[in-house]
Amino acid sequence: MKLAGARRRKAADWAVRIAASLGAAVGIVFLVWILWEVVSRGASALSWSFFTELPAPPGEAGGGLANAILGTVLISAGAGLLGVPAGIMAGIYLAEYGQGTRFGGLVGFMVNVMMGVPSIIAGLFVYTLIVVSLGHFSGYAGAVALALLMLPIVARTTADMMALVPDSLRESALALGAPRWRVIVQIVARSARSGLLTGILLAVARVSGETAPLLFTALNSPYWPHSFSGPTANLTVTIFNYAMSPYRSWQQAAWGASFVITAGVLAVSLLTRYILRRTT
Amino acid sequence: MSLENTSRRNTGDVLFHGAAVLAAALVLLLIAGIFTDLVRHSWLSITTFGPRFLWSGAWNPVTGEFGAASSLYGTFATTIIALVVAVPLSLLIALFLVEIAHPRLAGPVSGAIEILAAIPSIIYGMWGLFVFAPYLADHVQPALEALFGGIPWAGALFSGPPMGIGILPAGLILALMVLPFTTAVMRDVFGLVPRVLKESAAGMGSTTWEVFRNVMIPYGRKGLVGGIFLGLSRAIGETMAVTFVIGNDHRIAASLFASGNTIASTLANEFTEASDPLYLSALVELGLVLFVVTFLFQVAGHLWLRRLRGGAGGGR
Amino acid sequence: MIAIETTSQAESAPPRPGPQPVESSPARGAIAVRNLDFFYGEHQVLFGNGLDIAPRKVTAIIGPSGCGKSTHIRVYNRIYELYRDQRCTGEVLLDGQNLLAPTVDLIELRRRIGMIFQTPTPFPMSVFDNVAYGLRLHYTMPRSELADRVKTALEDAALWDEVRDKLHHSGIELSGGQQQRLCIARALAVEPEVLLMDEPTSAVDPVGTAKIEELVRRLKERLTIVIVTHNMQQAARISDFTAFFLDGRIVEFGDTTELFTNPVDRKTEDYITGRFG
Repeated sequence: MKLAGARRRKAADWAVRIAASLGAAVGIVFLVWILWEVVSRGASALSWSFFTELPAPPGEAGGGLANAILGTVLISAGAGLLGVPAGIMAGIYLAEYGQGTRFGGLVGFMVNVMMGVPSIIAGLFVYTLIVVSLGHFSGYAGAVALALLMLPIVARTTADMMALVPDSLRESALALGAPRWRVIVQIVARSARSGLLTGILLAVARVSGETAPLLFTALNSPYWPHSFSGPTANLTVTIFNYAMSPYRSWQQAAWGASFVITAGVLAVSLLTRYILRRTT
Repeated sequence: MSLENTSRRNTGDVLFHGAAVLAAALVLLLIAGIFTDLVRHSWLSITTFGPRFLWSGAWNPVTGEFGAASSLYGTFATTIIALVVAVPLSLLIALFLVEIAHPRLAGPVSGAIEILAAIPSIIYGMWGLFVFAPYLADHVQPALEALFGGIPWAGALFSGPPMGIGILPAGLILALMVLPFTTAVMRDVFGLVPRVLKESAAGMGSTTWEVFRNVMIPYGRKGLVGGIFLGLSRAIGETMAVTFVIGNDHRIAASLFASGNTIASTLANEFTEASDPLYLSALVELGLVLFVVTFLFQVAGHLWLRRLRGGAGGGR
Repeated sequence: MIAIETTSQAESAPPRPGPQPVESSPARGAIAVRNLDFFYGEHQVLFGNGLDIAPRKVTAIIGPSGCGKSTHIRVYNRIYELYRDQRCTGEVLLDGQNLLAPTVDLIELRRRIGMIFQTPTPFPMSVFDNVAYGLRLHYTMPRSELADRVKTALEDAALWDEVRDKLHHSGIELSGGQQQRLCIARALAVEPEVLLMDEPTSAVDPVGTAKIEELVRRLKERLTIVIVTHNMQQAARISDFTAFFLDGRIVEFGDTTELFTNPVDRKTEDYITGRFG
């Protein structure tokens, strides 16, 4: 038996500490780089008319993406209305009712599978299911496609976060005579609320900036989203179309739209963080 | 306790339970629906090409010849690059956040990494196409070519026109996109390691790195795998960021800077333009392949997790 | 039997000795605490602690919860340094060497002073690997020697007979009491001079507790044991000396039998007779 090299162990420790610090620095450098480009290139494309007017034809000055901004908000809200309640209830089932049952195991498994379903598959599925049968693209289809993506994310985080709540808490509430659903809503969900909000935040952030599921569902439109039952303008598909176009003015507008969608998504995240901090 | 109270409670419980069961069943219905629907709509392509669709490199809308080989290659190559870069990096960042950084620094750094996750994928595409690709073309690609150009096998990996576009740039951007997800999960997993367990390991004379490697990683391995799978599933089907920078070319080239395509980028680029039924059907079959591949990955992952749970060790 | 007055203690430069170990004792593992103050951020929780812990004896630290008894022993192996907002001033001497000096090698310090925690802390690995953990960390040795030492440590912790057939099962599969003895075996394997036990039986059933107490009585032949406990009967059963803590101060320190039968300080008497706390 001989003493292992303490010096070597400490050197390894320091090497890892330095590497970890550098790793964190790399992450931040890229974040700052991306945000900087979006802000500096996007801000110059913004003007009052950008938020109030319809798109101008390529080459023509002026115009805006007001229709796309409105469309994105509407589609995301519709998706949230469909996806969040369903996801939370499925998560509650997994954490509170389905544990140890065959059905619960299967659903838990399928939630994970569904989380692994690429967003473009959600678009493809909704295309075959809704767009083909109705015969036209629509904002509704877009919202359903986005809701499909939200459902498993919300369900999984809900289930995981509620599973972390110790059983003793449930038991002590039940022992006071509280009905099961009240225990779940008032005790379990409450103690897990920061986790639940994080899950919803993740879902909203991922979904409202999604492009792929909208490509074959909501499509895009140069007009106001008068009715949800036709192709509906939205920011992300607009960015894709404009960025791939050869027109400099459209590429410029794509950066402006990038700025708007980034700012919007980040604002949602920060708002949620604020609410989270205030309630805990 | 009065009878009235009891019955009211039961009604609430029954309704709530029922809603939860319905939501759970919806998940199963949707998965089954996706599969059957995609099979139905790709039936024409399946019957026309048979299994050779999977290894055929052909992709010709004019002659009506379609195969998934180049898309599959691009999908796996970019995903592997992304994970090879992102997993070690996010482990390091999680270690930094949980054990190394001063709490006052860890909060903001952690928040910054989370913001990376909040950035929509199309923004990564914009940044990748208009900023990162030119940067790679001007600085990184010439350097790599100078470094490896003389070596016969490695040289081919980095050859090609200096556009900063192709498999490697797509993989790197995917890595960046995956990073916040894997980091967040790993950070949370390490945060759940009981304080007393870490103290116990430190109390044995372990360095921070040894506590991390010997206790925290084994304790949280289940969650770590979860984090990696979250990253993997995001990378494998990620569409927009890849579509912007991969070049969208149906071929398999040795060079990491050659244009390629992935299943998702092909769908994004060609789906709305495909008018021919066979073409459309082939695209849906491509989507079906992507769906089945992700499905199989999940199954494999879960079987592995189950084996771990049954074996020796394992916290939580 | 010496009562330490709480007020005068902080400023008195030479702390009054407790039952001082005999000067000529060859035993190692004597700890002398001098003027120890401890802070969580700005909040001071220990005030001028002075204590002389005899080698190869069991010293119990008792007191109501929140009185600083755990904090006190967490200074000995400097485990509190994991947290940036915790700091202390004063001296802790192990056989004359100041453990709080910045030059002290933490790795070696923690090899010499083992610690057992309130809840059992089996690492997520097999029983064998748990016990071998410290050995592999600090030493390089042939496989056969490693196996021998693991066996010896498990025997010392009175656990060998119970786990000999499941050495390669997870340590987490053991019962609570077994887990705690596994942790003791893990600590013993690296042959520490001092074993700190922070309420080691608070998460263990009575049978397990009895086994651990028996173990403590046996182990003091080889090493110094400092045990924090909120259980006065336990302190009376197993310790040679007892220190009574109150609000971060050492109210009274002395021979266990003396302290329990004939306490000098009124507050000690109140506590051990159950009038508060």
